[in-house]
Parts: sequence; structure tokens; C-alpha cells
Amino acid sequence: MKLWKSLFIGCSLVAVSAGLAFADNGDTLKDVQAKGFIQVGVNGDLFGFGKADQKGVWKGLDVDTARAIAVAVFGEYKDRLRYTPLTAKTRFTALQSKEIDVLTRNCTQTLGRDTSLGLDFVQVNYYDGQGFMVPKALGVKSAKELGGATVCVLPGTTTEQNAADFFRSNNMEWKTVTIENTAELSQAFWAGRCDVLTSDASQLAGLRASAPKPEDYTILPEIISKEPLAPAVRHGDNQWKDIVNYSVLAMINAEELGITSANVDEMLKSKDPKIQRFLGVSPGNGAALGIDEKFAYNIIKQVGNYSEVFERNVGVNTPLGIERGLNALWTDGGLMYSPPFK
Amino acid sequence: MSSEQNSNAKTYFWNDEKTRAILYQIVTAAFVAFIGYYLISNVQTNMEKQSIASGFGFIEKEAAFEIGESLIEYSAADTYGRALLVGVLNTLKVSLIGMILTTILGTFIGVCTLSTNWLISKIGTMYVELFQNIPVLLQLFFFYALFYEIFPAPRQALNPITGVFITNRGIDFPVPASDPVWGYIGLAFVAACIVIWLVRRWAVKRQERSGQQFPTFWVGLGILLGLPLLTWIVNGAPTEMDVPVLKGFNFQGGRNISPEFSALLIGLVLYTASFIAQIVRAGIQSISHGQTEAAMSIGLKPGLVLKLVIFPQALRVIVPPLTSQLLNLTKNSSLAVAIGFPDFVQVAGTTINQTGQAVEGVAMMMVVYLTFSLLTSAFMNWYNKKIKIVER
Repeated sequence: MKLWKSLFIGCSLVAVSAGLAFADNGDTLKDVQAKGFIQVGVNGDLFGFGKADQKGVWKGLDVDTARAIAVAVFGEYKDRLRYTPLTAKTRFTALQSKEIDVLTRNCTQTLGRDTSLGLDFVQVNYYDGQGFMVPKALGVKSAKELGGATVCVLPGTTTEQNAADFFRSNNMEWKTVTIENTAELSQAFWAGRCDVLTSDASQLAGLRASAPKPEDYTILPEIISKEPLAPAVRHGDNQWKDIVNYSVLAMINAEELGITSANVDEMLKSKDPKIQRFLGVSPGNGAALGIDEKFAYNIIKQVGNYSEVFERNVGVNTPLGIERGLNALWTDGGLMYSPPFK
Repeated sequence: MSSEQNSNAKTYFWNDEKTRAILYQIVTAAFVAFIGYYLISNVQTNMEKQSIASGFGFIEKEAAFEIGESLIEYSAADTYGRALLVGVLNTLKVSLIGMILTTILGTFIGVCTLSTNWLISKIGTMYVELFQNIPVLLQLFFFYALFYEIFPAPRQALNPITGVFITNRGIDFPVPASDPVWGYIGLAFVAACIVIWLVRRWAVKRQERSGQQFPTFWVGLGILLGLPLLTWIVNGAPTEMDVPVLKGFNFQGGRNISPEFSALLIGLVLYTASFIAQIVRAGIQSISHGQTEAAMSIGLKPGLVLKLVIFPQALRVIVPPLTSQLLNLTKNSSLAVAIGFPDFVQVAGTTINQTGQAVEGVAMMMVVYLTFSLLTSAFMNWYNKKIKIVER
């Protein structure tokens, strides 16, 4: 009896481990088409980038990026996305272990992550930099005056390391408070557990917008790092990477070509070969990626171009009130630049 | 005779129970080894395929992240290895202090619930019901929020006693300025403990021989306080203190107990104590009332009845489940991540995130917690053996 029991346990162990074992990186596109939706890793707590509103509708720049990808694959995003809110610490493991298909969660692209984590970053969807937020009551005017301060920071982020570098290189003492959950961390900051909250400047703006009294806090002028935030996919699945990459680029290219969700139908009749190729009037691009020829048209029609997405989620008319800055088109002095769609 | 031999010869080896048992063992062992091999090789090949780094080489690399509090010198320039050591020590600190406090509090509450005083026993019961029925994570959040919501910012610090400041950054209190004397006093303290142990042995022997009692407790207390005090006076009685002073954003100098540590410690101690109280109550109730009556009838005082008759027997019931509660406390200490206390899980988690080496990181976590748990178990088993019935 005992024997059969142990045999049974052994067998089930093998079955479970076979199921658990990382499978081949293989063909994410096929997997996604087979199951009918894309599992996307998002922030979950970050206003303007990835957060569900009171009605449970997901909103944000990263969410719109995910929608663009879903539209490229399925022609629509409704019911085609399932969101997994991830913390800074769990995000990469979730991607590695195939829990999610794509990560659009304000992740900074770095050489270390690109190589040792087994993932690939695609086109940056937001150029950010790290800043410091302090209560106005402290009277601090510059980050150089922060010696001896207690700093709230998310553990396992590039910001944690940048802040360490910044304080070290300026010979300033500091203390950290690291709480994994963004909501808990900002709660501790509003209550005064720390003097400073450091994170990407866009995040600080997003968090300030959700503060009990936003007007009591100020973001210091120093930007101490480069934080190119980009969606990420698993290393080794080139077709999927291309699809994700060109979904993001389609929004940027549309802005360059002056195509918006409002005028995209008219643009279908355009005589400009660039626009014809881009919108799939003259086919080629879709087939090359292995998706619908009209993927760019669908993205612009349903999600909008980069400018629309930016202004809707984080722009000057939102509570975040962020200027385009680095995220303007290259023609306007920013860094957003799309390779030709041909 | 010969027919019997014949039947023996016909018994094939797979029909022999002993051989069969050994065969099964071998098959099972091979099976387990195969599963192990399969899992490990599978993980390895897949990590290579996904080009995820592997190996423990990262331990030597610069960590480049700060840790909020540490028992040893640590800065972002140190290695991952040292960062992980800081985490281990922090976990040890909160577990050890927690275990001691929760055992004391739990025993006290357990005895309270059995009190003949209605009010005391009801308070004890209420405590148990309240704390054992609220998830410990919730309690941690509660105590942490309590700390930073109630107490003022450093510039408006509460100052109950000279030199002690309570703020939302924790409790800052003065400590004696560093002086070699404090080292000597530590030695004197250890010496006092040894002397007390010798005195106690002598007193027990004397009582067995002559029946005369010796006030061991008071003499012991005298030695424990007197010897260090004497050392202090002989060495010139230094009184210089390292007092915390508000400088810039925070208090500098003295010592600080952080809100994260306090919340974690209080949460774990209160939660675990409610279970220990139940265990102690059950242990005491397991001793039949006849024992008390018998002890009383030979003229023992109530205190001695508890000390000499009830507790030695109750402990045998109490210690095994107590061990598992103390293990629970250690394991629950990993909830520190949620309220920002840099315990081993948090440091290892950050390490995993920076290096991307989840397999190694999780393996280390398992090894560390397994070691803690086995050590605790070993100690408690030793103690359990020591107190079990000595059969003569």
C-alpha cells in the first residue's frame, strides 16, 4: 500500500514538474492566437501609466501600448487583454516564466537587464529620468541639500541604485526605507516616514497627482539619471519582438505622418506612398510581420497616435501635467523617431 | 522434508518478500534520482536557451544598493555577499528577540486565562481570540501605519525623557559613549552568570544534604548587578553619553529603533503569543487536579506547587507545539517585505531583481530558513529531552 502511495506521489511529481518546467521560448504569437488574448504585465498602481480606474477600466500610457499590441495581433483590444499587476521585484520573473506574454510596466532598459535577465527591450515608449519629490514644508531647493535625509524608494529598481550612486558621489549620508508596493510606499511618504520620495520623474508626477494634498509637494529640479522606459519580451522570440516593437513604432510613425485617430479614414485615400504603405493600402508590412496588413490603421483608429496617447494619459491637461520634453518627435527637438515603415 | 525443499526451490526471487522490498526501494530511489536530474537539467538548458545568467559569481560583485538598517557596517559599495549577510543578521535579530518576548508574553497570557479572577481570565481570553483571529500581515500593516501616522516628524519630536526622542522615524535614545569599560562590564556580566550557576549548584546540593534552603534568587540578583557595577566604579565610572541630536532631517548619534523593526517585532510577538497562550493553558490543564491536591497535602506553598509539581509535568506537553510556534515566528518574519524591514527575503529579493538570478536566490532563501528552523528544532528537542520524565 505504502509503495503504491509513493509511486503515485512520484508520478504526480513528474507530471507537475513537466508542467512547471520552463518550456521553449518558441512562438509567442502562435500561443497568443491560440488562447485568444494577450497576458500583459502592468504596474497596477501608477496613475498615468498603468492603473485601473474606479470602474475597473485600465488606463495609462503602458496600458495603451499594450492595447496597440493587442490590436496589431487581433484587430481589436476589447476582451483581448488580460492584465497582471506586477511589482518592481516580480516583473522580470513573471516574463521569464511565461506568466505574461509582454511586459509594459515602465521598465528602464539597461545593458544588464537586456543580457543577464533573458529578455529583450523594444522601442522606448517614454524617456524618463529620476527625480526627487519632497514636501514643500522642508524648504529644500536642490537635491544637493538632501544630506542626512531619509529616502523612500522601491526595492529592486534602477532608481534604488541610482540614488545610492548619487548620494555616494556627492558624499552625503542617507537612509533608505524600501517598501515593495508602490501604494504602501507612497502612503508612508505622505505620512512623513521619509523626507524624500525618489523615482522616475513621471512616476513622481503620477504619485503626486494621487496625494491627499498634491499642492504640498514639489519635485526637485535635478534629474539624476537616464531612464528609457520600454516594453520587454522574452529573449529569442524574434517575430514576437518585431510585432511588439512595430506596434509601438506605428504610433510614433503616425504622429510623424500627421495621422490621428480622427483623420485616419481620410488618410486611407492619401496619394502619399509612405502613408499608403504605412496604413496597408499598399500591402507588405503586415505580411512581413505575420499579422494583418491593416495593423497600423487599426492601432491608430482604435488607440491613436503617440501624441494622442501621451496627451490623454500624462500630458499637460491631465493631473500629471507633463510636457512632451524628451518625448516629443525628433522634428520637435525630442527623441521619438520611427524607422520607415517599408 | 524433500517436498518442502522442492517448494522452496520453486519460490522465485520476485516472490520473496524481502528481496521484493529491496527491489522496490531501488526502483523508488532511481525514480527520485531521475526526477531530480530531469528537473535540474531542464532548468539549466532552459536558462541557457533564454540566456539567463547562472552561478553564484554575483556574490562577489558590488551590490550598489543601500540597506535601511544593519547590525554590521554596510554601504552600497559592499558586495552582494555582505548585503545578504546583513539580511540574514536582520532576520536573526527579529526572530531571536521575537522568540524570547513571545514565549514570555504567551506564558503570561496563558496563565492569566486560567486565573480564578474573572476579569483577568476574561482579558486573557479576549486577547487570545483577538490576536489569533486576525491575519498577521494585517496586524503588521496596522502597527506600521500606527507608527508613522501617530508620531510627529523629527522637528516636532516627542521628548518624554531627556535624551529620548520619539518620532515617525522611530525611537532615538542615548547610549554610553564608546569606552573600553563597557567591554569589561560585558565580561563581568558573563562572569556573574557563571558564579550564579556555581552558587545554585552548591545550594541545591546543600539543601539535599541538610534540608536548609538558601536564598539563591536574591543572592544571584545581587551578584548579577553588583559585579558589573563594581567593574564600572573601579574603572573610574565614566558617564559620558552619546545623545541623539537633531541635525538637518534626522536625529544623529545615539541609537535608533526603526518603525519597521518595531512594527514587525510587535506584530509577530503579539500574534504568536496568542497561540502560545493556548498551548500553555492546555499544558497546565492536562495535569490532573489530584496532583495539586497531593502537593498541597504534603505542605507545599502554592508557588512551589506550580514550580515543582505542575510546570515540570506541563512542560512536556507544552514544548513540542511551542517549538512549532517559534518556527512559525521565524518564518512569518519574512512578511517584513511588506512593511519595509530589510530582512533576508527583502535583500535576497532585491539581489534577484538586480542580477536576475532567481534560481540561486530562491535556493539561498530556502537554505537560510531551513538552517534557522533546524537549529531552533535541534535546540528545542534538546530541551525537550532534558525535561522529559527521568525514569529510574
